[in-house]
Amino acid sequence: MTGSIPLQYFLVISTLMFFTGIYGFLTRKNLITMLMSIELILNAVNINFVAFNRYLYPQNLQGHFFTLIIIAIAAAEAAVAIAIIINIYRNFRSIDVDNVDEMKF
Amino acid sequence: MNSEVMFYLLAGMILVFSVLTVTSRKILRAAVYLLFVLISTAAIYFMLEYTFLAAVQLTVYAGGIVVLIIFSVLLTSHISEKAIMADRRQSLMSALAVVAGALLTLFTILRFTFTPSAEPAHTSTVTDVGNALISYDRNGFALPFEVISILLLAALIGAIIVARKEKDGIVLMKNKNLSK
Repeated sequence: MTGSIPLQYFLVISTLMFFTGIYGFLTRKNLITMLMSIELILNAVNINFVAFNRYLYPQNLQGHFFTLIIIAIAAAEAAVAIAIIINIYRNFRSIDVDNVDEMKF
Repeated sequence: MNSEVMFYLLAGMILVFSVLTVTSRKILRAAVYLLFVLISTAAIYFMLEYTFLAAVQLTVYAGGIVVLIIFSVLLTSHISEKAIMADRRQSLMSALAVVAGALLTLFTILRFTFTPSAEPAHTSTVTDVGNALISYDRNGFALPFEVISILLLAALIGAIIVARKEKDGIVLMKNKNLSK
C-alpha cells in the first residue's frame, strides 16, 4: 500500500516531528505540555521503527514489537507522570516549572 | 497514486498539528492537536500494513493517554488560562538548536542510500502477533512481554500511591521526625 513512496519520506516526517517535540520541551513551562512534547518525541521514534521494519526487514517483526513495547512504556510513563503532576499541583497550587523550585513538601 | 496523495495529506497533518501542539497558548487545545497527530500516526501504520499496531496506537494513545492528559489539564488549570511561554531569548535559542539539529539529521538521511529489501513481507495478523509474544524461540518476544507486564503493574500501583490523598501518611512521617 505504500506504492512508490521512498523510505526517506517517512524519516523526514519523523525527524521534523521529533525536533518539534524537542522545541516544545525546551520552550514550554507547563508540566503537562512538556509531557505532551515527550509524547511527540516517542511517537516520532515509533514511526522510524515501523518504517525501517517495513522497508528494510519486512521478513521480521522486530520493529513492530519494539513499537508495541514503546507504546506500553509511554502509557506507564504518562500515568506515573500525571500522578506526580497532580501531587505537585496539590502542594504548590501551580504546575509551572518556574514555581516548583523545592523538593521539600 | 492514491496512496501518495494519502501520504502527503497525512504528512501535512502531522507536521501542522505537531507545530500547533507545541505553540498553542491554550493547553486544552494543545491536547486536542496532539490527538490529531496521534491519529495521523495510526493512519501511517495502516498505510504500512501493520494493522494491529495501528489499532493499539488508536486505543492506547488516542484513547487512553490523551484522555488522561485532558483530565489532568482540567484538574490543574482553568479552561481560559493561557500557558506561560519561554521568553524571547530562550525560544530563539531553542529554535536555533532545533533547526540546526533537524538540518543535520535531514542532511544525513537524504544523503544515505537505503536499499529496500525485496523479501516477502512477514504477515502481522493478530495470530502472528500473539504467537510471537508468547513464544521464546529466536523470533519470540516472551521476555519483553513479561517484563512489560511487570512494569505496567508497578506503574499502576505507583501512580495510585503517588496520587492519592495521604493525610494519615503525612502525620505518621511527621510523628516519626518528632520522635527522632
